[in-house]
Amino acid sequence: MKRFTISVVATLLLGTAPALANDSVLAATGDSKQWAAQLGDYAGTRYSELDQITNENVGDLQVAWTFSTGVLRGHEGAPLVIGDIMYVHTPFPNNVYALDLNNDGKILWRYAPQQNADVIGVMCCDTVYRGLAYSDDTIFLHQADTTLVALDAKTGDVKWSVVNGDPAKGETNTATVLPVKDKVLVGISGGEYGVRGHLTAYNISDGSMAWRAYSTGPDEEMLVDPENTMVLGKPVGANSSLDSWEGDQWQIGGGTTWGWTTYDPELNLIYYGTGNPSTWNPSQRPGDNKWSMTIMARDADTGVAKWMYQKTPHDEWDFDGVNENILVEQEIDGQMRKLLVNFDRNGFAYTLDRETGELLVAEKYDPAVNWATHVEMDPASDQYGRPQVVAEYSTEQNGEDVNSTGICPAALGSKDQQPSTYSPKTGLFYVPTNHVCMDYEPFRVSYSAGQPYVGATLSMFPAPGSHGGMGNFIAWDAVAGEIKWSLPEQFSVWSGAMATAGDVVFYGTLEGYLKAVDANTGEELYKFKTPSGIIGYVMTYEHGGKQYIGVLSGVGGWAGIGLAAGLTNSNDGLGAVGGYAALSDYTALGGQLTVFAIPD
Amino acid sequence: MKLTVPILALSLLPFAALAADAPAVDVAVASEDGIRAFNAEEIPTYNIAADGTLDWPTFSGYRRYHAECHVCHGPDGEGSSYAPALKDSALRMDYYDFVGVVAAGRQKVGASENSVMPSFGTNPNVMCYLDDIYIYLRARGTDAVERGRPAKRADKSEAFAAAEAACMDG
Repeated sequence: MKRFTISVVATLLLGTAPALANDSVLAATGDSKQWAAQLGDYAGTRYSELDQITNENVGDLQVAWTFSTGVLRGHEGAPLVIGDIMYVHTPFPNNVYALDLNNDGKILWRYAPQQNADVIGVMCCDTVYRGLAYSDDTIFLHQADTTLVALDAKTGDVKWSVVNGDPAKGETNTATVLPVKDKVLVGISGGEYGVRGHLTAYNISDGSMAWRAYSTGPDEEMLVDPENTMVLGKPVGANSSLDSWEGDQWQIGGGTTWGWTTYDPELNLIYYGTGNPSTWNPSQRPGDNKWSMTIMARDADTGVAKWMYQKTPHDEWDFDGVNENILVEQEIDGQMRKLLVNFDRNGFAYTLDRETGELLVAEKYDPAVNWATHVEMDPASDQYGRPQVVAEYSTEQNGEDVNSTGICPAALGSKDQQPSTYSPKTGLFYVPTNHVCMDYEPFRVSYSAGQPYVGATLSMFPAPGSHGGMGNFIAWDAVAGEIKWSLPEQFSVWSGAMATAGDVVFYGTLEGYLKAVDANTGEELYKFKTPSGIIGYVMTYEHGGKQYIGVLSGVGGWAGIGLAAGLTNSNDGLGAVGGYAALSDYTALGGQLTVFAIPD
Repeated sequence: MKLTVPILALSLLPFAALAADAPAVDVAVASEDGIRAFNAEEIPTYNIAADGTLDWPTFSGYRRYHAECHVCHGPDGEGSSYAPALKDSALRMDYYDFVGVVAAGRQKVGASENSVMPSFGTNPNVMCYLDDIYIYLRARGTDAVERGRPAKRADKSEAFAAAEAACMDG
């Protein structure tokens, strides 16, 4: 009877107010006592207004309570808190726990999906899952096998489910979804399997498909309007993708959408990035390979592209362009601008006007970056907006079966998917980064469905001539395009960061430390070693009048693969082999949530 | 300086094979077919010249391993946070078992483990180079090849190129 009432109410509301989810998410993320989205809000700032924990008292932080997820492999993402309930997700098998914050975290309900374990074998780079999404009393679970499930937030009952892709072709999921208005936006993984990427909108009411926008192919399948979709201020024109590939390679050409989507309710535009073109051997796919490696701005209702900007045309290094696009208002030349800031894998931080797609700033956010000298900023140049590739580091120019050495950054990028944070108080972005370079040798491969489609050998090593570590945690000024301060880390910083109104910035390390630093100076104020390496994202909430900080431990992901045994640099000569730190000397598998608070 | 390394490595080999906890593996070259080397049981093996030059098939194994295997099993066969170190598996496992697992896959899924090795049987990028990958991992397991990119290698032979082309086109 009760369930019946709820569904009637939901139907009534949906019928009268199609913008419901939009309002629901805005209301949920606007209440800083909750943590209602993986990126904290639609703008992707991962900033909280909570200010009980400050740069004065964060040193007193202690563990308040913990929770084992029962799953061992890499734990990305963060729990959500809606009202008095915390929602915790796990990597494959993608279990969900609803914990009662009024009752010491008692499990209110759990959801354990049944998935064919074959999907594990086609997930490149661990079985990670970047977390749940929420709107309108619904928890959205996007499973590894691409099944999207809408769960009743109160009971865990399945409202509907829909399948977005086919793991037999290498189509999998690792990303969260984004509810916008009456739709939920869903991406797809599998760039290393020749998957053709797309972003798909499903109707929240029943899970039916509203639209699908491919990253590559004919204009109508990409939802691109040749006259009105803009690229750096000009209409894109017809067949922009088809003309940038040789033959039918675009059909197995990647451009997957396994990163983040953000949303500007005023402009009604969604923003996301597309991944690397397939294969990793650039000689097998001549052309710019559009629209891989691209920031996409699309109408939230129709999916039609408003503007596009390709950051790395004809990728030669696996610099997937999927990182989060953070939406902020900042002053440039005395004028407040609606900006989009993106820390790309390729080592450049881009600041664009998010209404028009105009490129405002493109600067290196790690001084080690060497594959391109700069991004051409002169609109009159035929190279406008394009990175100026250094021949020595061009795996295309050096050719197949040639080992290009000393390329910075490595394929994992100066930053991967781990989300940054932005504090409107300081006007700074805080970015977890990798400080790793590589040798890269492409060679010919053949495609077979559902099998890896890579075509390059690479070896990685800490950035030479630097502090010897593999990561930095930096503060970035996106208007000036400058690093404000940079904290060296022994390992890549693979956790999601969070800034608060208490002028504290939190992040986790691969050894397992939760760290708190001063938002202004970067001074380390607190650290605590959790049971396993942290690739999860720090979150905060308030319950019973008290502020808490939460983070998932559980080492894994790409970092757990590449860094477990430590890195070597063959170019160093024999003496240095094995000389760099091995993550396996510091931490082991294990999923656990640790929640911190300041004692009364 | 470089000369001492292969000599050291060679002198360590019999020692490694005799050590109590290391499996006894026969990696000595007994025959060659113009493409690669084999041990006395006609199992493929690596072939390192006196000056440290690595044979092409083992180098090919290094390349293919780091394209096809290392996204789960980590660099240099060293293992990752969740997948085993194949440089050890290649010593422990019988050659035919090794080939069988790669071709057919293997699952260990339960309350405490979610370990799935996919089937590569239809993937020419793996199957055409499986002997290369196997001997590279045996070379890593016995420390005949150090971590990282091998410094000196022989060129690809015409016979190897012909066999490779036949396999990849077939």
